[in-house]
Parts: sequence; structure tokens; C-alpha cells
Amino acid sequence: MEAFRTDNALLRLTNIKKSYKKSEGEEHLVLDDVNLEINEGEIVALLGRSGSGKSTLLRIISGLTRQVAGEVIYCGKPVKGPVDGLAMVFQTFALFPWLTVLENVELGLEAKGVPQEERRRRTLAAIDLIGLDGFESAYPKELSGGMRQRVGFARALVVEPTLLLLDEAFSALDVLTAETLRTDLIELWHERRIPTRGILLVSHNIEEAVLLSDRIAILGSTPGRVVAEIDVSLPHPRDREDPAFRQIVDDIYDLMTQRTRAVAGKAEAVPLSQRLPEAHINRLAGLMEALAREPYNGRADLPELADQMGFGVDHLFPLLEALDILAFARVEGGDVELTPSGKSFVDSDILQRKEIFAIHLIRHVGLVAHIRRVLDDRPGNRAPEERFLRELEDFFSEEEAERVLRVAIEWGRYAELFAYDEGAGMLSLENPVGIEEKE
Amino acid sequence: MKILTDQHLKIRINLWDVVAFLLVMGIVTLLAWGSRQMAAPYTPGEQIPLSLDPVHLPVYALRSVLRMAIALVCSLLFTFSYATLAAKSRRAEAVLIPVLDILQSVPILGFLSVTVTGFIAMFPGSLLGVEAASIFAIFTSQAWNMAFSFYQSLRVVPKELQEASILFGLSPWQRFWKLEAPFATPSLIWNTMMSVSGGWFFVVASEAITVGKTAVTLPGIGSYVAQAIQEKNLLAIAWALCTMLVVIMIYDQLLFRPLVAWAEKFKFELTESQDSAESWVLLLFKRARFLRAVTAGIGHLWGFISDHLPRLPRAKKQHRPPSRTLEILSVVLWHVCLWGGMAAGVWLLVRFVGRGVDHSEIIRVFGLGLISLARVMILLVLACFIWVPLGVIIGLNPRWSAKVQPLAQFLAAFPANLLFPVAVFLMVRYRLSPEVWTAPLLILGTQWYILFNVISGAAAIPTDLREAARNLGVNGWRLWQKLLLPGIFPALVTGLITASGGTWNASIVAEVVSWGDTKLTATGLGSYIAQWTEKGDYPHIVLGIAVMSLYVVALNRFFWRRLYTMSQTRFRLD
Repeated sequence: MEAFRTDNALLRLTNIKKSYKKSEGEEHLVLDDVNLEINEGEIVALLGRSGSGKSTLLRIISGLTRQVAGEVIYCGKPVKGPVDGLAMVFQTFALFPWLTVLENVELGLEAKGVPQEERRRRTLAAIDLIGLDGFESAYPKELSGGMRQRVGFARALVVEPTLLLLDEAFSALDVLTAETLRTDLIELWHERRIPTRGILLVSHNIEEAVLLSDRIAILGSTPGRVVAEIDVSLPHPRDREDPAFRQIVDDIYDLMTQRTRAVAGKAEAVPLSQRLPEAHINRLAGLMEALAREPYNGRADLPELADQMGFGVDHLFPLLEALDILAFARVEGGDVELTPSGKSFVDSDILQRKEIFAIHLIRHVGLVAHIRRVLDDRPGNRAPEERFLRELEDFFSEEEAERVLRVAIEWGRYAELFAYDEGAGMLSLENPVGIEEKE
Repeated sequence: MKILTDQHLKIRINLWDVVAFLLVMGIVTLLAWGSRQMAAPYTPGEQIPLSLDPVHLPVYALRSVLRMAIALVCSLLFTFSYATLAAKSRRAEAVLIPVLDILQSVPILGFLSVTVTGFIAMFPGSLLGVEAASIFAIFTSQAWNMAFSFYQSLRVVPKELQEASILFGLSPWQRFWKLEAPFATPSLIWNTMMSVSGGWFFVVASEAITVGKTAVTLPGIGSYVAQAIQEKNLLAIAWALCTMLVVIMIYDQLLFRPLVAWAEKFKFELTESQDSAESWVLLLFKRARFLRAVTAGIGHLWGFISDHLPRLPRAKKQHRPPSRTLEILSVVLWHVCLWGGMAAGVWLLVRFVGRGVDHSEIIRVFGLGLISLARVMILLVLACFIWVPLGVIIGLNPRWSAKVQPLAQFLAAFPANLLFPVAVFLMVRYRLSPEVWTAPLLILGTQWYILFNVISGAAAIPTDLREAARNLGVNGWRLWQKLLLPGIFPALVTGLITASGGTWNASIVAEVVSWGDTKLTATGLGSYIAQWTEKGDYPHIVLGIAVMSLYVVALNRFFWRRLYTMSQTRFRLD
């Protein structure tokens, strides 16, 4: 059985678990029971939303941090620290601004102690391969974003990695640049001009994942675990307009919004455990207005909407989740539809909108209702934010608790349910428009 | 066409070469000659002859410059080792950083009073001991500040660059030189520049010192001025002032300007900044063929060394599950040593001071500290009233600020104690009360930090905010209240903190001033330390220094740091 499994797996993750220590010895679970395999000759995409722990997983694979439980087997050996043969391309490029392109690319070889002549030869070859000829002596700040990421790729490829890790490598680039770089990478890969035997791509862009990879693993959030794996067997070069391609994209949207509903649905049981998504009021209003207009007229296909508004999963999903929580819209089967109250929100003026928002907040967001109740009960109608933070920390990590409270405060302030003094960290009822609580 | 430009280039390169060669050789010769003089034979008590003839001034200046240069090199070595250790080891950090914080608050001339006899004993029969004491005083005026800056830079090295260097397998040595040192360079150079400009004050102050029976004068600009004061020679003082001007200018042109221009390349930014610093010396280094060959040679040697350093096998660097008992044991041991050491230090201090000083004296010294504190704070407030409006007006006008900014920085570097005699002369002449009129001397040298920080703060107020204010018809006092004052607030606080530290340090020199035989004394902690230093009574000196350090630490903790945090959170313009 064991011999059977070591066939052609480049990397195998079994039951990976990662948690961080919270205050008072409690643990905050980031990844739980993650299983994933990357086989020889495969491009695998890891798709997830921010906060799903995909970056953490990547850092565990590369040996930068250590898992709490489970095993990472790379080329048949357990990973216990940074290993040779793994190279990473970073979202922020991570170039050394004081080194030239040549010196940046050379870095990995220098660290390995490759003799100078061979080092120079291989560096120039990598620069040539990735199309950076003529920029050898340039400093990163002289280059455009696309060229910088090419340096990032050359730096990773020059050490001839067995497994190439791409950490959102294209997401800091504009649409056109990202597309060219993707195409170039895929060409190098298929023409076998790079000795790399496997690629792991971490992304929050669904189309990018479908475009590049042979298999997509979807990472669900809180805690992160692989919730689905999808094989993509379309031939390269892939066409975004191909109906088969669209079908896969639709399916993934469907899968990921099911998760959204599951997360949002959990709320009713324990009001404070609701993980309020990172959604700003103006974005929410903008999205609702767009949904209400032509050509959607209140109902939209998600991939189409994301494409139209230029949103990635990272941006779109929190907004959808917020609309869902507030009952302004319903997300189902890869579609989103405005509810009647969502429509009346869009049709109202500024003051009416605030009223509608306030009513929905009190009714659907346990935390906001709770804050308002506490402020009403307290003599002086004031309460420090720490009070609520401490309550939230029963359910979230310290950082997450702060984020959730920040969202609740932004929403509550907009609805004029309470006031907030940031310097003092104090919530109060000072001159908000009083609203009748409707239970 | 091509050939022509090439030839043109060749001729220019040759010219650059000549200039560069002369420059480098001249500096090397001067340094060699000057350093030989430092180890001249000397017996304590011997008076080194000093002449007020201005002909000797260049030589004296060279000696002062050399002291500064050696102190600077020591400060850099200290910075690299101390700050790196603090940034790399959590345990070392827990001790080193608070220690640095205290050291920063100890008055610099206090170090001198306490250490000078020790240094002389270390090099019997040679002037080197006295030189070392002076260099140590200069070192103490620079090192803490620079180490702090370096430590703070090391703490904020971007995470993804750290990850990249781990993944690509850089050794700790490579990581330091490829990542950490370059990242910290721009702020280190800026801090070094500030420290050196503060350091000139102590070069001057440390050359002529009297501790009890040991009265030492080292040949230098400072002792030249001390001699001139004794002989009531105003002309000689004027000559010394001019020489100092030239020296600071040379330091700026030959050292800091090229360094700042060179450090541009290490700025951690991904867009090229518009106005980059320029320097003719740096240009020289880039254009002159032989200098290029020299720098390239050094570079190759460096590369060779790093390539052939033994590297640890990678497998060794593994995450190991920490052993609980071992960890607890080492923590306990650590704390025992730490607190034990601290208790022993306090006990020694109390015993040492207690032998020569009674309780009422201690209370009196705290009272004196209060007087000095009041003096420092009042002066800072007064300086604000003058320099904030002026600084803002200058800063809002780009043409003026481009001219005034370097001038203000230059004035900050100019050792104000060279000007003291002139002030004392006037005070004696017009019979002014030293209690009030020595006070401006305290802030004479440090007020410029307020000015140039305010200028840069005002220049950084975004134009669109100013346009918005004008568009809304906000002007007059309201404009100052709503935009200009809050806009410069963070910069003002930075300037005030620097000025406050400098003013405390200056108080030891400025509260007791003399002209010939006339001695003017103001009541305060500074004059207390100065007087007991002259008498060489160590328990009193140590008591004075300890109380002053306490005041400075308390002021930093409870006032400046809070003000700084507030300015950074509430008034940041980004």
C-alpha cells in the first residue's frame, strides 16, 4: 500500500492542522485537516478567499512555518524547514530594491555557493528565458510591475526548482500584464523549457485558476480545509469564451457561494459568533444599485457580475455575504437576487436608506443589536469598545475580533444607531437619531 | 559622432582622475600625520603648550577632526554589533534596549567626568589616554542614537524579503549584508549625520577639561577657545569660529553629501523619487577610473570572502519543538541574573554616593534638577514661539526653504559653545544676571532642530489641503489653527525631542561660563555637576549625573513619548 502511494506524488499533505495561540492559552484554528497532493507534471491551483489560510498553507509547504499536526512529504521526505528545490514567486514581488535585476536573479545561486562563472551563465540564461534581456543592470524601481514580476519569476526559475510555488503571483498586476505573463509561463511549462516538475498556484481569481491549472482545490474558510477538488481537463491554450470553460467557472462560483450561505446561516444560533464580512457601506450600496439597473434588473449571474465590475473573489464575496446577512439579497445557484427590501433601499434617498439599514441591522446583525441594547441600558449610555472585544474573543482570534467589531461599528455609525470616539475607544448614544427598536 | 563622444569622455575621465587622486592622497597623508601626534608622550599634570597664533589653527582643527572621525568609526562598530544582537535575540533585546534607553539619558559630559582618570591610567606616559577619554565622550554623543536607529530598522525589515532570503537559503552573514544592512542604511546615515552635528559640541567641550587635580588640554579647536577665554582674546575666538565653519563644511562636502546621495539607492521604495540628492564627490567616485577600479576591487574581495565563508549545512536549520523544562529553566536563570545584576548596581550606586553625600544634599539636588527642568521647558516653549511661525512661512515657500533648510542644518551642527565667550563678554560688560541670561546659551545650539523640522513639516503639507482651505475661505488665525499647526505637529514634536535632549546636555557647560577670571554661575543641576567635576569629587558628580538621568528618563517616558505617539496617530498626514 505504501509503495503504491509514493508513485509520482511530488508533494503530499496529510491532515495538516495549524493554529495560533490566543491570549489565555486558547488556540485559534486556521487550518484543519488539510489533505492535498501534487503529482509530477501537474499544475494545481489552491483557490480560497482571504482568511482561508491559503498563504499559511503555502508557508507550511515551503518550510517557513511549521504545522501543529499532520505531515508534509516532499519528494518522499518530510519537510521540517526550508528545503532545496522549492522556489516561490511572491505577490509583492519581494525584490531587493538595492540590487540590480542581474543581482536579484543571482541571489539564490549565490546562496547555494555556485561558482561565479557558472552563476553568471545560468543567471543570464534565466534572464533570457523570461524575456528580460537588456534590463540586466536596471534596478527594480526603474521597471514596470510586469517587468518586476518577470524578475521574480527569473529569480525563482534560475535555481531550477522541482516545485514552483506561486503566491498570488499575478494579482498585483493589471489585467493585460497578468494575462501576458500567464501565457508566457504556460508556454514555458508546456514546451518543457523549464525543469520544474510541478506548480502550485495560490489564487483568489477563479478564472485564473481555471485558465492555468489541471486541478483546482477549493479551500473553505474558518478553519481552512479542502472542501472540493475539481479536475480541469481542457486542452491548452484555453479560451475563456469556451462554453466548457464557462461551465467550470460557474460550477466553482456555485460551490463557493454555497459555502457563503453556510457561513451566513450559522449566525442565528449564537448572535455574536457571526463573522461579519469586510464590506464597506459605499461598496454595498454601489453593488445593490448595479444589481437593480439594466441589464440585471435585480438578478445577476455571479461570474458575469464579477467580470462586469472588475471584482475578484476577494472583493465580491464579502459584499455578497454582507447583503445576504442583511437580507438585502439572496445568493443561490451561482446567481444573486435583490430582495424587496434591497430594492426599496436602492429607491430611497440618503436619510431613508439610513433608516432601512438601521432596521435591518437591528434585526439581522446580533452584534449591532447587542451593542445598542447595552448602550440603552447603561447609565450615561456609554460603553468602552474593549467590553465588546472581550465578548467577541470568545469566538474569534484577537485580530479577527477587532476586525468584526470595526465592521459592526462602521455599519452602526452609518445607520446612526450609535456614535464612536476612536481616540477614547468609546461607544455612546451621543446624538444618534433615536430609532424604535423593533423586535 | 560616436567616436567623438568617446574621446570626449576619455579626457574628462583623466581630469576626474587627477582630482580624485590628489583628494584621496591628501586625506590619507593628513590622517596619518595627525594620528601620529595622538600618541605623543605625556605625563599627567603636564601642560601642553597652546599658541593662540591663528597659523596653528589648521593643525588644531585637524586634531579635532581626527577625534571626531575615530569616534565615528567606533560608533559604527558599536551600532552594528549592539543593535544587531538586540534585534536578533529576544532575550538580549529585553536587556540591551532598556540599557540603551538609559544610556541615552545620561548627560554626555557626565561620561567624560567619570571616565577621564581611568583612561589616563590605561595609557601611562602617553597622551593616548586623554585622547581616548575625549574620543569616548564624542562616541557617547553618537553611538546610542545610531544604535537605536539601526535596531529599529532591523525590526521592520519587510516580511516578504525575509521570507525570500530564507527560501533562497541565504546564510545569516549573506542576509545581513544583502538585506538587513542595506535596508537600514538610509536612516542610519541620516542619524549619523544628526549625531555628528551634535558631536561637534562635545569635541569642543571635551578638549579642555579639569577633573580635580587633573587638568588636561588636548590640542584642538576646543582647547584653543578655552585658552582664548583665559586670555580674553576676542580675535582668537573669531579665528576659531571661522575654522570651525570650514571644518563642518568640509565634513559635509566630503563625507555626508556623498553618503546621502549614495544611500538613495537603498531607499525602500518602488518608485523613483523626484528630487534625488547629488554630490560632486560621489560623481568623482563614479567617474574617476582609478577610484572605480579601487571600489570594484574591494567589491570583488568582499564577494570572494562571502563566497568562501564556511556555510552551515541547510538541514541543520530545522524547526525543533522547544523543550518546556529547558525553556523554563533558562528563563528563570536569565531573570535571576538580570534582577540580581540590577540590584547589585543600585546597591553600589547608593553606597558610593552615600559615603560622600548626606540626605539633605540629595533633596537639594532634586530641587536643582527642578530648576534646570523649568529652564529647559521654558526655553523650548520660547523657541517654539519664534521658530514655528518663521519655519512654517519658510516651509510653505519652496524657494526659501531650499535655501534656509541647509543653513539651519548647518547651524545645528555648529558647536554653540564656541559662541559662549562672546555672550559672556556681553554679560560681563553690561552686568546682566547670569541666572536669566545664561539660559539662552542652553538652547543656542539646539533650537535649529526645531527650525529645520518645522520647515520640512510645513513643506510636506499637501498642496491640495492648502488649496482646499483657500477654496473654503479659511485664512488668518483659523488657517493656522485648522491646517498649519496640526500639519507640522509631528515634525515639531520630533524637533522638540531632539532639542530637549541637546539642551539638557548643554546645561552642564552653559550654566557655568567664564571670561578670563570672571565666572558666571546659574543655579541648576548642570552647574552642580560642572562645579563638582572641577573639584573632582566623585560621589557628588555621580549623584548629579544620576539625578539628571532620572529627570531625562522621566521626561521622556511621561511626556515626550506620549506626545510623540499622539502626534503619530492623530496628526499623521497620509
